[in-house]
Amino acid sequence: MNVRVQSKQGVPALSFSARVKSGVKKNWYKFSRNKLSVVGLIIVLLIVGAAVLAPVIAPYPHHAGKFVDYANAGTAPCAKYWFGTDNFGRDIFSRIIFAFRGALYMAVLVLAIAVPVGVFLGLIAGYYQGSFLDTVIMRVTDIFLSVPPLLLALAIAAVLKPNLTNAMIAVTVMWWPWYTRLVYGMATSLRNEYFVKSAELIGAGRLHILFREILPNCLSPIFTKMALDVGWVILIGASLSFVGLGEQPPTPALGQMVSDGTRYMPDLWWMTVFPSLAIAVTILGFNLMGDGIRDMMAKGEYDRE
Amino acid sequence: MSLCRRREWGGYMKLSSYVIKRLLYSIFVLVGLSIVIFVIARVVPGDPARLALGPRAPQFAVDALREEMHLDKSLPVQYFYWIKGVVTGNFGKSLVTKRNVMEDIAEFLPATLELVLMSALFVVVFSILFGALAARYKDSWVDSLIRVMAYTGVAVPSFVLAVIFLLLFGYIWPVIPVLGRLSAGIQPPPTITGLITVDSLLTGRMDVFFDAINHLILPALALAVGPLFQEARIVRSAMTENMGKDYLAAAVGFGIPDHVITGKYLLKPSLIPAVSVMGLDIASLMSNAFLVEVIFDWPGISRYGMEAMLRKDLNAISAVIIVFGLIFVVVNIIVDLIVAYLDPRIRLGGRSS
Amino acid sequence: MIVNNEKDCILDIRNLHVWYRTYGGFAEVLDGVNLMVKKGEKVGLVGEAGCGKTTTMRSVLRILPENAVVPKGEILFHGQDILKMKSQEINKVRTQGISMIFQEPSAALNPVFTIGTQMFDVIRYSGSGKAKSKDEIKELAVKAIREVYIPDPERILKSYPGQLSGGMKQRVCIAMAIVTDRELLIADEPGTSLDVTIQDQVHRLLRGLVEKKGMSLIMITHSLGVAREMTDRIYVMYAGSIVETAETKVLFKDPMHPYTLGLLESVPRLTGGGMAEGIYGRIPNYLSPPQGCRFHPRCRLAAERCFEEKPPLMDVGEGHYVACFWVQGVI
Repeated sequence: MNVRVQSKQGVPALSFSARVKSGVKKNWYKFSRNKLSVVGLIIVLLIVGAAVLAPVIAPYPHHAGKFVDYANAGTAPCAKYWFGTDNFGRDIFSRIIFAFRGALYMAVLVLAIAVPVGVFLGLIAGYYQGSFLDTVIMRVTDIFLSVPPLLLALAIAAVLKPNLTNAMIAVTVMWWPWYTRLVYGMATSLRNEYFVKSAELIGAGRLHILFREILPNCLSPIFTKMALDVGWVILIGASLSFVGLGEQPPTPALGQMVSDGTRYMPDLWWMTVFPSLAIAVTILGFNLMGDGIRDMMAKGEYDRE
Repeated sequence: MSLCRRREWGGYMKLSSYVIKRLLYSIFVLVGLSIVIFVIARVVPGDPARLALGPRAPQFAVDALREEMHLDKSLPVQYFYWIKGVVTGNFGKSLVTKRNVMEDIAEFLPATLELVLMSALFVVVFSILFGALAARYKDSWVDSLIRVMAYTGVAVPSFVLAVIFLLLFGYIWPVIPVLGRLSAGIQPPPTITGLITVDSLLTGRMDVFFDAINHLILPALALAVGPLFQEARIVRSAMTENMGKDYLAAAVGFGIPDHVITGKYLLKPSLIPAVSVMGLDIASLMSNAFLVEVIFDWPGISRYGMEAMLRKDLNAISAVIIVFGLIFVVVNIIVDLIVAYLDPRIRLGGRSS
Repeated sequence: MIVNNEKDCILDIRNLHVWYRTYGGFAEVLDGVNLMVKKGEKVGLVGEAGCGKTTTMRSVLRILPENAVVPKGEILFHGQDILKMKSQEINKVRTQGISMIFQEPSAALNPVFTIGTQMFDVIRYSGSGKAKSKDEIKELAVKAIREVYIPDPERILKSYPGQLSGGMKQRVCIAMAIVTDRELLIADEPGTSLDVTIQDQVHRLLRGLVEKKGMSLIMITHSLGVAREMTDRIYVMYAGSIVETAETKVLFKDPMHPYTLGLLESVPRLTGGGMAEGIYGRIPNYLSPPQGCRFHPRCRLAAERCFEEKPPLMDVGEGHYVACFWVQGVI
């Protein structure tokens, strides 16, 4: 007779590296289960790559600025100019690639400011639920959430001087409340959890509780929202530049190119159609990727063992 | 028996006090919003009097206007004078139309309401239809088709869609009108509500009605497509999530037929999350109307507001934002009431879903 | 394998396998379940949480989650395989043959409809499909609610699930399951989420109703004590298969499978003192279940053969079946 010795749990313990590897594998499984997420990831990588390497990739980098070539103005899409040229004879393909730069720059900067601010305020208000601080923060948040966001951004951008920086300020001002509300909801319920209560009991500092106990448990919805929001910030940015409240010519911006194109419809249709497609594909890419990240972060049936 | 009566009473009391609370809160939010707008329109741009009169106006005229606008007083006092005007509907004169802003609003608002209502109708009808279809035929080609349409529909901003519609139906295939509210040569019906479709029906002018509907379709569609598919996805995911709930398994286990389960036991709880975000959709419709109205030359308040913004017409900007804030608040109250109707857990003051 | 030579057998589950699709592959939850219910018999299905009791019973009504597949096995209801039935036939089973009480009463009732709405629909579509008048339906509902000892049925019918206590909801669930005649009632750990006293009431109520109506009962529970009080025959389940079954009296007199013994030992006793002995470890991971006998990692008696071969369920006399090489004496 041969009796085998087993660990008490019946499951052999995994080494750390094996756990990391299985974590990556699991996350990738959850992300890539929907093939569209992978498509989104590829689109995003292409766009980010194109934006970063714009001067290298664009066939005519100098067309992304003050450049006039009336001889080639209004050329239809061809081998030389893939997406055709505009009314000044500038290559639309090159201008779109450079426009990605502004769009991504704006998205990153807006989120880099709005998210920490929003999250911080949400954490404080949620943790000190019922306090004066909570009231002030959440009521202000509610006020900002009470107007359609694009409308407020338009108004702020309109009052300021029209340029990219002011467009970013306008979008940032209306973006943080969404994160405050998101985190507030989570923080108010987390503050009653036993792990927070026990941290309080052993005398942990407020900062420790806010940032080491509560915040880590809010991260996955925050990241999910951020991934989806990149697309939305780009959309709002394009809307602002469509009405002339963003990057000013001759620097290209996606919305501005669409709006310029409408004046030459239907003859120079490529002036409108390709920047429009660029906007749609960009937002599509970030949405698909964001959905994949959400699937990845979601705790669901597939986490059960 | 007495216990149960009290319980029902509690339900009604909770609903009415909920509505009152909601109303008071809305007033608070609107006051807060007015402060934000005051800051945006009066404080940020520098000297509103100089802006109103232009750079070449003589200094004494500017000073006179400053006094008239109470700009020489402290900010809280300025706000007080300004809000007093706002409450009585006096936003001052518009730089562009040279009329009282309130008159402009009364003239342009109905067109926007008509447009937004039409696209809200599109959103409600088609989102439930598409969402339910996708959930019912989950993982089939129907689901995939709707998913592809959803991803594209959500990714194409309404102003891009509007431009594409303009290109397609304005130049290439002109089967449907693209500009304005009515075709040239058609006499508008007498103004009763300001909504041409409603007015023409009230006066029995069917030709005008159909012409107005034709003009509405493209701009309303351009606005509706994004929120529509967003909602459809929410309906679908709520439905598929609820499909895994025990209560549905129980209903299936009792042999209740498919159509009753889908159309009743699955649909009602699944509509709750979709309706809850409906307020946001209306917000999206209203703000996108700013671009879409410009493109389709729709004589609404959004096009008016857009022009005001581009010309720094501060009185008009503040008025437009306040009006939109007010509409948005009302819409949200209505949405909350619908949710409360759908979800007894909220209506009866229990835990929320 | 249990030999089915009984004429009055209603339900006969044979070698049922159910797998769930997950990110790590298939979770092989059910690994050959054999179970039989005779007319009027009260059967207990006992095992610890996660051993597949609920999965077994859900496959009987074909209400498994979407990611479930049934690679092997038969569920015969009056000799017809439920798994192969067309939708019309399975609907007949659901409306006339079998009904089920779910484990969690608050999850089993739709939160946005009144009890009345839900109950009326159950009645409307139950039975032979003959149209019933509104009054008839209501009368049946009121009668069923009275039968589960809830006062003021009219008020209950107008209430939403959120307005009722857990015990009330449990009773309502029972009322819905018995409101029209069914041959077999499946009760999935009724009352587990309730106070012990209420749990006891629910059990008594259930037994009374089943006996009065002459229904068969499958009682799912993790407690041998409950099963002893309620049932004629007990099936002990471990990690997706039946490890032992016998008439209730026989099983308690002469338990044989090491797992059954462990379960009996883990019941805390009022007399004798000391902590219960219990069983080490937990239910295995179904993604890569142990080879051979699934109980061997936790079995004190596990031998070489147990690692490699799955012991079949074999008759050891008196309708007592055990799936263990030790008991069968073939180690």
